[in-house]
Amino acid sequence: MARQRRDLSAAPTVIELRSVNKWFGQFHVLTDINLSVKQSEKIVVCGPSGSGKSTLIRCINRLEEHQEGDLIVDGITLTNDVKNIEAIRREVGMVFQSFNLFPHLTVMENLTLAPVWVKKMPKKEAEQIAMSLLERVRIPEQALKYPGQLSGGQQQRVAIARALCMRPKIMLFDEPTSALDPEMVKEVLDVMTELAGEGMTMLVVTHEMGFARAVADRVIFMDRGEIVEQNEPETFFNSPQNERTKTFLGQILHH
Amino acid sequence: MADIAERERAGKARAAPTVEGGALGWLRRNLFSSWGNALTTVVLLGFVVWIGIWFVDWAIVHATFEAANGPECGKGQGACWALIGEKYRYIFFGSFPYEQHWRPLFACIAMLAMLLLSCDRRMWNWRLLVIWTVGSFVTFLLMFGELRFPLTLFFLVGLVAGGIGWGMRAGIASPREIAIHKALTIVGGIGLALRIVGVIPAWGLEINAFSYVETGLWGGLPVTLILATYGLVFAFPYGILLALGRRSNLPLVKGLCVGFIELIRGVPLISLLIMASVMLPLFLPTGSNIDKFLRALVAVILFAGAYIAEIIRGGLQSLPRGQFEAADAMGLNYLQKTSLIILPQALRVVIPPLINTFIGFFKDTSLVLIIGIFDFLNTANQALVDPNWAGFPGEVYIFAAAIYFVFCYSMSRYSKYLEVELNKGTRR
Repeated sequence: MARQRRDLSAAPTVIELRSVNKWFGQFHVLTDINLSVKQSEKIVVCGPSGSGKSTLIRCINRLEEHQEGDLIVDGITLTNDVKNIEAIRREVGMVFQSFNLFPHLTVMENLTLAPVWVKKMPKKEAEQIAMSLLERVRIPEQALKYPGQLSGGQQQRVAIARALCMRPKIMLFDEPTSALDPEMVKEVLDVMTELAGEGMTMLVVTHEMGFARAVADRVIFMDRGEIVEQNEPETFFNSPQNERTKTFLGQILHH
Repeated sequence: MADIAERERAGKARAAPTVEGGALGWLRRNLFSSWGNALTTVVLLGFVVWIGIWFVDWAIVHATFEAANGPECGKGQGACWALIGEKYRYIFFGSFPYEQHWRPLFACIAMLAMLLLSCDRRMWNWRLLVIWTVGSFVTFLLMFGELRFPLTLFFLVGLVAGGIGWGMRAGIASPREIAIHKALTIVGGIGLALRIVGVIPAWGLEINAFSYVETGLWGGLPVTLILATYGLVFAFPYGILLALGRRSNLPLVKGLCVGFIELIRGVPLISLLIMASVMLPLFLPTGSNIDKFLRALVAVILFAGAYIAEIIRGGLQSLPRGQFEAADAMGLNYLQKTSLIILPQALRVVIPPLINTFIGFFKDTSLVLIIGIFDFLNTANQALVDPNWAGFPGEVYIFAAAIYFVFCYSMSRYSKYLEVELNKGTRR
């Protein structure tokens, strides 16, 4: 079932990476990364562990600092300027592998924290938005519980809602389902698929190839800090060009 | 969970094995489960009873509760509680003028009320500020007898309070509240500037309620309470700043904090107290005189601050990196991240060692004896010096120990309560 490929050529570019390089000490973790992401494009990044895929998306909201090259997000060039960094972080939501909800705050407080303190939104308004988002991720009844009282899948859905509360233009997902029990993966992927349907720009590091096939406009394969191959999912999965891609796909698809 | 429910429905789940209930069951399980255990229980029980009987005999049955002086008191076979009856006012209030002893008594009551109210979580908001302002005012007015608030202080408070409100609440609060913060800041700033330039003379608000009593005459329980309470109240935020500074990325800030912590931890409290009392005046210009009591308090604050800083650093390190990253990714700035996400979690983790340190410092305040300040233990010690009542150290020390125990055990229980209370909901 071939998906209708969307035409994104007219859409504006929201993320632009130009020969970005990064080292951890002497280890060259990102090598000459060039990537441009169009508005409402969905990109799935995959690759073996240690290939630099998490580092790549963590550079976009400056959780990691790149040392060479230009990184432009929503028209703002990332520099050491704290104001620039905070401006970008207001536009970019992030979902982590280990959820990283704040355990001392209720679900509702987790959601309203950033809108109230960063966007200076009145608390009532923030709570309304939070509630509507909790309904969207289908857990409004958990609003007053603490994260520790929820299952992994529920926690990750709260984390997604928390990121959405800031009304971001871009969402980054760093292996959002890797820490989940198998039966909870689907509920999280469903929420992400819905989000994609609403036109969110998404960068997703994941090994969920079913999700990549169904949702991605482009799949990127990274190995040893380089983008080895990128293509639309159909071509990427059915006729990979590079040897390393073939090996990797062979390992994860036929186990 | 679901699995258990499933099995229950299938009728396969069994009840947990029953244990014999009641006091008898408990005894059999814990004290008489075997011949060896039963023997140990009997022997130890006999020992405890023997000690108990001896103590009751000494402390109550053969004790003297009323006597004119020491030798008369010594005729009895047991404890001489008459000594406590004779000396308790000195032990509690030291050299404070005798006929004014009600003042330190009410000062202690005010401080205890203030501390007890602060224990209640519902007070942890603006109320805390009110409680401590009123409590401290009453305490020090009673202790000193008269207080003088220079105009400069009011300007400073206005400037700081207004500035913090303006900075922290910008964009959240109503325009009217912001206007009040702005007005406070501006009036405070201008007033302070004019005062420094010398346009406004050194006015002050004087309250002369009672006769003045200098700190040299203070002693006993109020001294212990004031040193411990205000020492720790100031050391706590100071320790937080040191701990945060030690984790700072700025080399200068980090270096200063590490240097300070290591220096203070490397010397005994006694040497710090002696330095504050003997050496500091040598460096100050002649004529300027900082109160001895205040110097001791500052020494306690510096010392406790360094220890609290290391405890809090442990709490900060126990937080997973993800918490910092999540806060960063949301766009919170350093101040918001630290005060809303990091510290609330870090402090929860370190409640037990923190209270442990508090208890330690409550008792360590006795070291101020070395510079001639008489706290509760030292006034108790002084009570033994009276030749008319020589020879009953045990009674006085048991009395002092009982008072200390009440305070320290309360803190320990509160620590326990706080741990449970703050972790409500966060634990499954």
